[in-house]
Amino acid sequence: MPAQVITITSGKGGVGKTTAVANLGVALASSGSKVVCIDGDIGLRNLDVILGLENRIVYDIVDVIEGRCRLKQAMIRDKKLPLLHLIPAAQTRDKNAVSPSDMNRLVKDLRNECEFVLIDSPAGIERGFRNAIAGADRVLVITNPEVSAVRDADRVIGILEAEDKGPGALILNRLNPSLVRSKDMLSPDDVLDLLAIELIGIVPEDENVIISSNRGSPVAFDQKSRAGQAFRNIARRLKGESVPFIDWENQGGLWERIQRLAGRK
Amino acid sequence: MSIFDKLFGRKRSADSAKERLQLVLIHDRTDLTPAELDSLRDDLIATISRHVAIDEDAVQIDVEHDGRSQRLVADIPLKPAARRRSKRAK
Repeated sequence: MPAQVITITSGKGGVGKTTAVANLGVALASSGSKVVCIDGDIGLRNLDVILGLENRIVYDIVDVIEGRCRLKQAMIRDKKLPLLHLIPAAQTRDKNAVSPSDMNRLVKDLRNECEFVLIDSPAGIERGFRNAIAGADRVLVITNPEVSAVRDADRVIGILEAEDKGPGALILNRLNPSLVRSKDMLSPDDVLDLLAIELIGIVPEDENVIISSNRGSPVAFDQKSRAGQAFRNIARRLKGESVPFIDWENQGGLWERIQRLAGRK
Repeated sequence: MSIFDKLFGRKRSADSAKERLQLVLIHDRTDLTPAELDSLRDDLIATISRHVAIDEDAVQIDVEHDGRSQRLVADIPLKPAARRRSKRAK
């Protein structure tokens, strides 16, 4: 079966695109799917450090596009997960080195190589974003429950609709359940009401995300982390499983609820 | 903070965030600024007034949203036309 091509984008920077791509890649590969992650942020390469693969880069996406290497030579295999691969962004080259038709060609070649292609989009709505969505079958928009991030997400969703890339689905990242309970943070219902888009996952704020990025080992490897569990749930939904959403708003003992859900499988 | 606010608790920040976003998103999605909406309102009043008497101060023009689609909703109360109707009745 040809691969599903999924782009993760947000409009605003710093909301968790790269973290989401790395974690969904890990979660999908852990569950037996061959995955290729593409860093689409030319000039600001980062997915390599989040995945802990920064020392293994020889060729990058521009080398593939300009024919300096074969596609497989630029696919770096993960240390722990042989099914997980990364095509890194070019770091020093011109941002315009890649065009939407280059991306379409690259994605077409990858379709027969794996089950999932995950594309990490740069922030903004310019060329890099257009490249990232060009070959996508499905776009996941990631946002935080904050006014600026939600506003930018709405802008991106509007563009996706206009480009017939819609309807897309939403990942709500860095939700703080206790702030939501005290009504000092937009709730998932508030955000869904504003953006009117399907939800595919809610990821709670979790310090393990920073700790695991320091180590170059995404939090989805960590069976005890709440954020890791949330990313694993999203990966299962991408594979077509129906996984119930954790009710982050109305739970009393947070820990107990999560452990119960984690144990439920 | 007023006494009322102290007694009943200030509006929570999440509610302010949602209300502010609702307005901002309407304008982002429609490219219609509050000033343009005002000028649209004036034009509508002028046009409709040429045909029928309306209560200008009570006219309300809003952009409402239903999912991701936007809709311009105008509430334009008409002035009672009692004299005209009674004339016709004769």
